[in-house]
Amino acid sequence: MKPLLEIRNLRLRFHTLRGDLDALFGVNLKIYPGEVLALVGESGSGKTITALSILRLLDPTAEITDGEIIFEGKDLLKLSNDEIIDVRGKEISIIFQEPRSSLNPVMKVGDQLIESLMAHTKISRDEAYEIALKLLSRVGLPDPKRIMNSYPHELSGGMAQRVMIAMALILRPKLLIADEPTTALDVTIQAQILALIKELVREYGISVLFITHNLAVAAEIADRIAVMYAGNVVEVGYVDDIFEEPKHPYTIGLLRSIPKPGYEGELYSMKGEIPSLLKMPPGCHFHPRCPYTIEICKSKAPPMIKIDGNHEVACWLFMEGEV
Amino acid sequence: MSDLVRTEDLKKYFPVTKGLFSKVVGYVKAVDRVTLSIKKGETFGLVGESGSGKTTFGRTILRLIEPTSGRIYFENTDITNLKGKALRSIRRKMQIVFQDPYASLHPRKKVKDIVGEPLIVHNICKKNEVENYVKDILVKVGLDPKDIYKYPHEFSGGQRQRIAIARALILNPSFIVLDEPTSSLDVSVQARILNLLNLLKKKFGLTYLLITHDIAVVDYMSDRIGVMYLGRIIEIADKRELLNNPLHPYTKMLLSSVPVPDPKIAKSRKRMIPMGEIPSPLNPPPGCHFHPRCPYAMDICKRKVPHLINVGNLHEVACWLYEKK
Repeated sequence: MKPLLEIRNLRLRFHTLRGDLDALFGVNLKIYPGEVLALVGESGSGKTITALSILRLLDPTAEITDGEIIFEGKDLLKLSNDEIIDVRGKEISIIFQEPRSSLNPVMKVGDQLIESLMAHTKISRDEAYEIALKLLSRVGLPDPKRIMNSYPHELSGGMAQRVMIAMALILRPKLLIADEPTTALDVTIQAQILALIKELVREYGISVLFITHNLAVAAEIADRIAVMYAGNVVEVGYVDDIFEEPKHPYTIGLLRSIPKPGYEGELYSMKGEIPSLLKMPPGCHFHPRCPYTIEICKSKAPPMIKIDGNHEVACWLFMEGEV
Repeated sequence: MSDLVRTEDLKKYFPVTKGLFSKVVGYVKAVDRVTLSIKKGETFGLVGESGSGKTTFGRTILRLIEPTSGRIYFENTDITNLKGKALRSIRRKMQIVFQDPYASLHPRKKVKDIVGEPLIVHNICKKNEVENYVKDILVKVGLDPKDIYKYPHEFSGGQRQRIAIARALILNPSFIVLDEPTSSLDVSVQARILNLLNLLKKKFGLTYLLITHDIAVVDYMSDRIGVMYLGRIIEIADKRELLNNPLHPYTKMLLSSVPVPDPKIAKSRKRMIPMGEIPSPLNPPPGCHFHPRCPYAMDICKRKVPHLINVGNLHEVACWLYEKK
């Protein structure tokens, strides 16, 4: 199958007062039609800037220095400003962690939904109203007429995230980027939102890039998982393979540090800390913390190596033949 | 085991005011008639979603917030109305670690002053001895004693949480409230802090009240667990009993909402997708607060508040379904 979106060798650098800081070191990712790909990693691993690069929503201090982001045959990084605006919302849309701060606080929810419809399509206001109303009820909001007339502050966090999902889907995009969409929500509400996203994926056939730091959430929602560490994707595979046969020492360490139900012994903890962008180690970024470091890890960054058809890992331990 | 901390009918109501003259128009019942005991040497896990009152409860038993009514006992002494010197001396024995180590440490003070301040407040030692006390405690929480003259911003999140733990430990307390101690940390850092907390508990014979919304953390750390919903304790039991055999419909719903880090289980288990949202604490439903979301709600649930009853196995639940007819 052809991927819907492919990120190739994406490199990104921040220009700061303390000098230039590299933040992405050649990220490769493919998202296939109709799948949920979870991008997991700890804070500072580069998940969010990877996602923001797709829609070119980066801060002006960030510069993409290399790479391509191919979506339906075109390189999103080469589009003009007008062209990328056309992609946003219509082809690819995004929802964020804090739904209430992503909505306009002084505009009624209904008007915000109608505005995005009318900006991108040629329909009347009445038609737009009907579509918005239907969608609000589809995302599970009780009394959608009242919601249309509400301001964002009148909604709970869970309701606001449902509104955001409706807004993100109203133009029927092919790809939804969800950046920690349930992190700010209570666990019962999180369960509802995850169930809703799964239903919508099935119903509309959209693909989802789901960014999360929570491995359990990734296990619930994803078809495939990509693990990021310090600006690189270090492992990609089907969700079952990642959880049952993780290959990269970082993935293994991460999975072992989560407390499992019923476990009472000491928790596994990786040595060292996530490196700062100011002091990125050479070679494989994980080598100072890795229990299996070999000589080459210290000088050369490992390429992505295929374990089997769909499981890939960036680690020298899996290189066959002479290294 | 004897009780270290006990509350009887503890209430904390926050008045809601309106208008120019701050007329009281209602109350948020953040803690509503909570009777609970925490045994010496145990880790008691208090779970609940936002607005359930778990944080207010933790602060009220430390007398950081004044209770509206009810009683608080610490080591069998009634501390509800203690004042001045007597209160200060009891506070030496009970400490707290907060969620966000970026907010709970003074950004312009050095580690020595942050961790050493309690020693000066309580007149434990002379000023020139503070440094040695602080160095000693830093080693115990896994920090480098050379860091004593650094500022909080020079540390990572996990290290900052260690500083906060050192500050709580320096007076040699017997009881520590851990209010979401790892919620703002990454999982790999969380693992280390949880290990440290368990180690310190053993070493110093501590008792913990662990407040968290994270079921995996409470499962790993606790001996007993209490579940709060809109200001009330609705279920208490030993950890295994509560997690394997939850009785209250809310506890069942909460546990089945928790994502599990295992895709096989995630796909195969039967889930109860929660209904509705937590009602506003300003205007909670009458009777059992959970009844509008409860699949088993009966008529009585809408009218009368259920009280905690013991159903055996030291398992207590506040639900009319388990009341003997």
